[in-house]
Amino acid sequence: MLENIWVVPGLTFASFWLILFFGKRLPKGGAEIGIAAVGLAFVLSSVAVVEWNDRPATEEVEAVSTGEHGEAEAHGSEPDAHEEAEDEHSFGEVRALAVDLAAAEAGEGEAGEHEAEPIRSAVERNLTWFSFGGVDITVGTAVDGLTVILLFTVTLISLLVHVFSTNYMHGDVRFTYFFAALSLFTTGMLLLVVSSSLLQALFGWELMGLCSFMLIGHWWEKKPNSDAAMKAFLTTRTGDIGLLVGLVIMFFAAGQTFDIAAVNEAALTGAMGETVLLVGASALFVGVIGKSAQFPLHTWLPDAMAGPTPVSALIHAATMVVAGVYLVARLYGVFWTAFDIEAGGVNPIAVIGGITVLIAAALAFVQTDIKKVLAYSTVSQLGYMVMALGVGAWTAAIFHLFTHAFFKGLLFLGAGSVSHAVHSFEMRDDMGGLRKFMPTTFVTFMIGSLALAGVFPLAGFWSKDEILLGAAENGYRLFEVVGLIGAFMTAAYMTRCVYLTFFGSYRGHGHPHESPPPITVPLIILAVFSVGAGLLNAPGFEKFFELTENRVFLLAGIEHHSFEIVPAVVSSVVVLAALALGGLLFFAGRLPRGVTARSRAARAGYRLLANKYYLDHLYTGVVVGSIKGPIARAAYWANQKVIDGVVNGVGVASTRAGLWVYRHIDQRVVDGAVNGAGFGAEGFGGILRTIQTGRVQQYGALLFGATAVLALGLVIFV
Amino acid sequence: MLVNQFLILGAVLFCIGVYGVLARRNGVLVLMSIELILNAVNINLIALGALQGPEAAVTGQVFSLFVITIAAAEVGVGLAIVLLIYRNRTTVDLDEVDLMKG
Repeated sequence: MLENIWVVPGLTFASFWLILFFGKRLPKGGAEIGIAAVGLAFVLSSVAVVEWNDRPATEEVEAVSTGEHGEAEAHGSEPDAHEEAEDEHSFGEVRALAVDLAAAEAGEGEAGEHEAEPIRSAVERNLTWFSFGGVDITVGTAVDGLTVILLFTVTLISLLVHVFSTNYMHGDVRFTYFFAALSLFTTGMLLLVVSSSLLQALFGWELMGLCSFMLIGHWWEKKPNSDAAMKAFLTTRTGDIGLLVGLVIMFFAAGQTFDIAAVNEAALTGAMGETVLLVGASALFVGVIGKSAQFPLHTWLPDAMAGPTPVSALIHAATMVVAGVYLVARLYGVFWTAFDIEAGGVNPIAVIGGITVLIAAALAFVQTDIKKVLAYSTVSQLGYMVMALGVGAWTAAIFHLFTHAFFKGLLFLGAGSVSHAVHSFEMRDDMGGLRKFMPTTFVTFMIGSLALAGVFPLAGFWSKDEILLGAAENGYRLFEVVGLIGAFMTAAYMTRCVYLTFFGSYRGHGHPHESPPPITVPLIILAVFSVGAGLLNAPGFEKFFELTENRVFLLAGIEHHSFEIVPAVVSSVVVLAALALGGLLFFAGRLPRGVTARSRAARAGYRLLANKYYLDHLYTGVVVGSIKGPIARAAYWANQKVIDGVVNGVGVASTRAGLWVYRHIDQRVVDGAVNGAGFGAEGFGGILRTIQTGRVQQYGALLFGATAVLALGLVIFV
Repeated sequence: MLVNQFLILGAVLFCIGVYGVLARRNGVLVLMSIELILNAVNINLIALGALQGPEAAVTGQVFSLFVITIAAAEVGVGLAIVLLIYRNRTTVDLDEVDLMKG
């Protein structure tokens, strides 16, 4: 299965076409094809996970340049630390010896640690797609722990979303089309995950961009929906410019190859120049910012709530937005070296992630739409993952990606279930007290919320804790604090959300009822995973780490930190404090009313949050406005006057030049030459025919005459 | 031994032959003139061979025997052609045979 992993995206891709062509004629409108294909893909992915688990760990990898790094750090500067060390030899031998010893010890210690455990080697399979100028562009699959884990997650979430949608989307005008797009969406993510080459990964990446556009704008008859789709598409596209630039830079920097393993290897072994690497990695990271909705391009994600809820679940849990995080994790060698993550302190990835964690969490407080709360929560959690990657906690980041997929999928589907009952997403106006009407949804939603908040022993606790621990251990204290604040805010806004939705008294109209099994069963399954997924990396077990440990991880010498009790207690205390505060404010009814009316600062803060930091105003008003207005006019003018002038001028000039060429060159020179050749041949023939008498004796006379002349010449001149 | 007489005889025969080839109109006589040219060459071969010594003399004679043989074959073909021309046009006048005139 590991060699033939292409079958998994292949299945969903086939399902897309089948639904498109035959979906409408089938009794369930194509849903059965989608569910069968994704279900089979899920089974195959599970098989792949098992096979990967059984695969013997044979590959031994030694960290590159760890010793050098240690030495460089010992001096706290510059790559030329080596030379300094040698200089010191001549100065004071004792000191230099001490430095050498320390460096040697550090090197030995690290190398020994990594050598002890061989890892499973990735399963690669490549074909040459096309070649030009001696460069082969390959496509293929590369399967390692990260891949199989994501395949499992994506297919599982996608399957549950498919099942959920059969009921949720029942009777929709474009039911069949919806399922086709879901299949294609899943294909995009699966393709990205199994790719061995960056170019191929780009296809999956863009496929998802396209499908998110199609699905967010599923109900395009309403203007806001099609606007949201456009916004999602264009915003991610803005980031993709960076991605494309980064890809091209990586292609050349890695010695004309798109192969991901080769790119990582080249970055880690120092085959790329520092500047090239920094520019390339920054460009790639711009793509990640767009796709994974990081500050400042996060604004499309909350608007993407305009799409049907199952789509939101799919986008937020397993596909699309995690693609960016996946890309960083996949190309970690590049980012690790480019931003010198090992050094600690501050770096752009961690900063962007940290900012995103905080601003998105703050925005979640002022939303009244349940899906928007969850959307900002996703942005915040994505910030968490990016921050984790930024602080060198690689395993923690993808572990959080893994657990987050389950509880965020659960929360979105739960919100879908609620809206199915009350036909609205407004928590303030149409919800409240739903726990009595919808017990299953309530319990599962609670589990999801607690998991998201990071309450022991649910999934979110383990992954969040691992990120905080990684930040602390790798010398990123600042980001540990950011993470704790984020955890506090997360717990608090989820308390608010749960309170407004399920507690208090019912404020809506009509009679809400529990959703049917196609909706509740996925909720229950996801709830089980939300409880249990975190245990995969529990202390003493650490199966997840063992599965995902890969070559890049070891080459870079990334350190993995096991569970520690103190930070875990600290983060738990923070989360519980937030829950208690939330409980005090909402459940005990101590919420101070009218703060915004009394305090100017509070009012200003609220307005800032309600307007989403005015980022949308900045983008639509300033950026788009200026483009639409003067720049567009200038472009029009340039188009009319300059470009059209040039084009017309070129046209007229070429007509004239053509005419001249026809008259002079073609008619005279070319035709003259051709006709001249004809006439010449005819004339010569006329002359020559006179000696062609047909008389043999005349020929003989010429022959003898010529021979005589030659003989005479021979006699005279030789 | 003087070789001049033989060479002069050969040259005279050759000239007579060339004249005959170029000037006679009768095809049979042209063929005969060609025989004269060939025999002039034969005389030269034998004379110059004898001049070089006994071994070369044999070589020259053998060579001229070859030439005579081939001349016989050539005359056979040539007379056959002349015969056919005569049958077709009831004449062997070469000036009449000018079908290849350009």
